[in-house]
Amino acid sequence: MMNLRRPLVLALTGCSLAVGAGISIYATNAFAQPEERADAALDMLVHEPPTMEDLENSNLHPELKKVIRYGHDLFTNTQQLRDEYVYNDMNCSSCHLGEGRVPFSAPVWAAAITLPDFRGKNQHVNNLEERIAGCFAYSMNGVPPEYGSDEMLALSAYHQWLATGAPMYPDKPIYGRGFPAPDEPEQSPDYARGEAAYQANCAICHQADGSGHYENGEYVFPPPWGDGSNNWGAGIARVETMAGFIYQNMPLGQPRSLSDQDAWDIAYYVSSQERPQDPRYTGDVAETLELFGPTFHDRSLYGQTREHDGHVLGDHDNYGEKGDIQPWNVGMPRFENLADE
Amino acid sequence: MNNKSLLRFSLLVGASLTTAVALAQQGDVERGEAAAATCTACHQADGSGMHVPGGESWPRLAGLNADYIVKQLHDFKEGRRQSASMMAFANMLDDQQIADVAAYYSQLEMTPGQGGDEAEEALLARGQQLAERGDWNAYIVSCQSCHGSGGTGVGSDFPGIASQHAGYISAQLTAWKNETRSNDPQNLMGAIAKRMSDDDIQAVSAWYATQPAPAAQESAQ
Repeated sequence: MMNLRRPLVLALTGCSLAVGAGISIYATNAFAQPEERADAALDMLVHEPPTMEDLENSNLHPELKKVIRYGHDLFTNTQQLRDEYVYNDMNCSSCHLGEGRVPFSAPVWAAAITLPDFRGKNQHVNNLEERIAGCFAYSMNGVPPEYGSDEMLALSAYHQWLATGAPMYPDKPIYGRGFPAPDEPEQSPDYARGEAAYQANCAICHQADGSGHYENGEYVFPPPWGDGSNNWGAGIARVETMAGFIYQNMPLGQPRSLSDQDAWDIAYYVSSQERPQDPRYTGDVAETLELFGPTFHDRSLYGQTREHDGHVLGDHDNYGEKGDIQPWNVGMPRFENLADE
Repeated sequence: MNNKSLLRFSLLVGASLTTAVALAQQGDVERGEAAAATCTACHQADGSGMHVPGGESWPRLAGLNADYIVKQLHDFKEGRRQSASMMAFANMLDDQQIADVAAYYSQLEMTPGQGGDEAEEALLARGQQLAERGDWNAYIVSCQSCHGSGGTGVGSDFPGIASQHAGYISAQLTAWKNETRSNDPQNLMGAIAKRMSDDDIQAVSAWYATQPAPAAQESAQ
């Protein structure tokens, strides 16, 4: 049913398991010195990004420090851009835990040393700003700040500064990159099992109905589905990515505490719920699936029929809070005048 | 659904129904005030409790979430939370009285936290860092990611910790760290407390003791 194409992810999962998989090893010091690590022999790029305290103690220009601090602030409190660039209940740090620094939580400095590069999702070469713009259009269900704007520059500067000291275009795989999915479960992911595991492990924070938790009008726990969550085009709408996020990071503070089976089941359950429409929607879910299946939706449940109630996922024109506002970056043509090779 | 997961699911439903029944018991503030007479020796007439340097601090109860208090009293009574003194007092209360005293304390005005004022600046700075950003190098997530912005509490599962006494907060974190307290849902607090050093515990305890109650925060703005 699911087409699990993830050679890179598999390779990384293999490596991370080889670390000894000790939650204790991993959790007590996520950035242990390379010489102390069992995975040093695996010849990966291990990078420990600087902390905000390092920033204060650095010799960077005071004006640059200000901009990096602003980038950090936007990253961890993206809700300050609500109704301008962000139309859901998420912050960047809702998924990129630990201020975008932590391995196995899609640490964002990796983008700064691997881009510009070709990106399968939009089939052209993207730079860091375009990559961040993608997060706004899909994960934040919003509209990106303009390229070169204060917000975009500050976010880029924060990403790039986190990569301080890491080699550009590294020739080794990056330790802790992305959300490596757990091993294939023994049983195919299952909706009912996923629902039970979600209610047992996730609902205390994210609520039984997936709406997340606001307290005194302030966001605390992000909604895993529904209008307040990422839209269908976000990377984490893919089942394997959600399974990786859950397995490596949830429940908060207890990485890799769930079984492979629970992580996949919960991911399948969460991925089987509705969320705002993909901004690439053509007006027809089957057509959209055909267009973006090979590059993306073959790994999500978009356009699939939910077994227990016959609902076709993504078959609606609900774009969430942003209504009919179209993110300007989606489908923007690039490099059209370069000859094919 | 296979039998095992069905059983797990039924247990889950059963457990949440039991909890729902316990929480649904309506507390009465006036009856609660009367029943709380037995609590005031330690928790004080205004629910402010007391920071006791070098001894067992008594937590501030004024303004705490009622359902949180109900759960703690049941946990003391039924042995899920260990405290010789509190077990004795909780045993004096029946289910209705537990709901009543919880209702009573929850509506009292919050009082200032004690025990943080003399902390050094560096300790408070570390406390603020842990409270607001955590220390991910040690995989310590920020306190506010569950206890809410300002540590004012989230629902009935994540109690307010701002304006709580330093001695009480540090005793609880130490208890979680040493596994002498484990009545938190899904070990959410225990897993994190175990990664905190004794200095970290002193730092967050002092920081939150110095943080104003929500009402005071609002009027200060």
